[in-house]
Amino acid sequence: MTDTTISPKVAEMPANLPFKSKSLYEVDDLTRKRNAAERRFKAYGVAAVCIGLFFLVVLAYTIISEGIPAFSRTIVEVEFSLTQEQFDEAEGQLFKTKAYEQIFIGALQGQLQESGVSVPFDATTIERIVGKPGNTIRTYFKANQDKLGDAVGFELAASSRVDGYMNGRVTRENMTDSRFLQKTDLDLVDILVDAGVIKTVFNWNFITGADSGVDNPGAAGIGASVVGSFFMMLVVLFLSLPIGVATSIYLEEFAPQNRITDLIEVNISNLAAVPSIVFGILGLAVFIQFMHLPQSAPIVGGLVLTLMTLPTIIISTRASLKAVPPSIRDAALGIGASKMQAIFHHVLPLAMPGILTGTIIGLAQALGETAPLLLIGMVGFVARGYPEGLIAGFTDPNSAMPAQIYTWAARADFAFYEKAWGGIVVLLIFLLSMNILAIILRRRFERRW
Amino acid sequence: MNEMANIEQAIEMTESKISANKVQVYYGDTHAIKDVDIEIQPRSVTSFIGPSGCGKSTFLRTINRMNDTIDICRVEGSIRIDGEDIYDPKVDPVQLRAKVGMVFQKPNPFPKSIYDNIAYGPRIHGLARNKAELDDIVSSSLQKAGLWEEVKNRLDEPGTGMSGGQQQRLCIARAIAVSPEVILMDEPCSALDPIATAKVEELIDELRENFTIVIVTHSMQQAARVSQRTAFFHLGILVEEGSTQDIFTNPKDKRTQDYITGRFG
Repeated sequence: MTDTTISPKVAEMPANLPFKSKSLYEVDDLTRKRNAAERRFKAYGVAAVCIGLFFLVVLAYTIISEGIPAFSRTIVEVEFSLTQEQFDEAEGQLFKTKAYEQIFIGALQGQLQESGVSVPFDATTIERIVGKPGNTIRTYFKANQDKLGDAVGFELAASSRVDGYMNGRVTRENMTDSRFLQKTDLDLVDILVDAGVIKTVFNWNFITGADSGVDNPGAAGIGASVVGSFFMMLVVLFLSLPIGVATSIYLEEFAPQNRITDLIEVNISNLAAVPSIVFGILGLAVFIQFMHLPQSAPIVGGLVLTLMTLPTIIISTRASLKAVPPSIRDAALGIGASKMQAIFHHVLPLAMPGILTGTIIGLAQALGETAPLLLIGMVGFVARGYPEGLIAGFTDPNSAMPAQIYTWAARADFAFYEKAWGGIVVLLIFLLSMNILAIILRRRFERRW
Repeated sequence: MNEMANIEQAIEMTESKISANKVQVYYGDTHAIKDVDIEIQPRSVTSFIGPSGCGKSTFLRTINRMNDTIDICRVEGSIRIDGEDIYDPKVDPVQLRAKVGMVFQKPNPFPKSIYDNIAYGPRIHGLARNKAELDDIVSSSLQKAGLWEEVKNRLDEPGTGMSGGQQQRLCIARAIAVSPEVILMDEPCSALDPIATAKVEELIDELRENFTIVIVTHSMQQAARVSQRTAFFHLGILVEEGSTQDIFTNPKDKRTQDYITGRFG
């Protein structure tokens, strides 16, 4: 009998405590509920990620599809020769460029006839398509008189309307006849495209050039602003990284814990939340009005953005210093390293990846910041060219990429709109290369042991 | 008679390596160590035992002033090493720690190569004039720590890639490399398995010839195995101190007896 082997104590156990619990093969209600909750949470998570991805894809698609036209430009390619007599005759006239224009039109007609196309057009139509080509031609031949008599190929920029027609912004349906372009002109454009006179080529000028006037969107480029942004980022990097890291190390490792350091800490955290336009006002008041630094200069922009970036760098640096295990500090102190040696030889290298991450986030923020630049004059300024030399890069008025994009977006001519999108593409590429550089640096610092 | 006793005491005092007198340690308002007097003999192993929170680690850390890194910690009384008060304002704790090395509870090698782990201390203290001398220090430290045969072919590998026991012996080698006179060990084997523990204990026994060693341990067997003298701490008070044999076989205080027989702690 098994009963006899059970000791009296066990036998007295209350009946509601069964010897054998329920089978593990049966899932009870509570477990089922918990599993369901877990599944629901996972589904929410996946949904959230999908929504985020969806918007990312939409954003990327829009930026690229809208920005691509900025990277192409439409040219009118005509090859012709000018004799000495024609040159002399044109130079003798009262409206010299008009004379050259007539020569150009003649050459174009000749070129068309050669390719077997015969189509009538007049000077005003040509002017609507390529602007006034006379001046370009005259300037060229005046400078290169030895080329007279030779066949010279000219690449003339088509007007922004024709450019728009080529990349789909302007269609026969959405355009209205105006002094800029008429529907009938488009027929001529089609013929010229077929004849290989009008071509679409890659717009290097957009990447390397400077901003143009409001009336010439075709010539607008973002190059000068890229240089402006680059110099600004140099200022931000070389000021905010050492100041930020030094501040964090002092606060985290050396400063005594008292009311003053508490106050400083609270202020730094609050500074990170101050709207950027406030930093712009500060920059205007302190750097330009009080210290008389040049207006619209990358150095001032850099200083303002440094103020803005500092809290981000300080907060992330302190967090990464805190994350270094105290045992490393003990180890260094235990063999007689001074506090500074312990920090600089052991703690800082381990905190470096985190510091770099914080720095790159701060720099990325600064790179895209427009509001403070409004107030120190980097938005209204139209950069006509590159700064001359290294010092001038910091002190000469220039624009920055986000400011340039803002300027283009605010202009009336629709052709600037696609320039703004193109500018965003360049800005993102700049940002991406900065991030890649940071990742490479971080890899070098990161210790996997 | 009385005079004789005083002279005897004086002789004993000059002989001891470390002598603590009325040491008080406060953490803010908490009185963590109360009135500790102890003499620690040179070239021997002294172990501190006692239940958790009894202050043995705290007291250990006052001997190389590691407590200085804690803002709210305050030490009163005097601790003398070779007759010099280490809490004298003229004493630089950094210099002191080169003389009084420390090995911690958890092995904490630097995330660097084995070579650099050992070489770091000699480098910052300027103990080697050239690479060859530094190499010598590294190899002799590793030999003393009984690690040389295991690592001599992989000195450039990370110290953190070794086993726990090897890491702890690396930490001991690192402490030896700066030629300290005293080595403090704060529960050096608590994170190690029995085999690694045995190796470390063997090492401690060998190091006794050249160093004064103070070890904090939770294991009474370990205290019995490695130390010549044992001090029992309880609630911040040094209850009893004497030769290890006496403490374990013939404790004078009831609390010591209760602790070593496993009645509490």
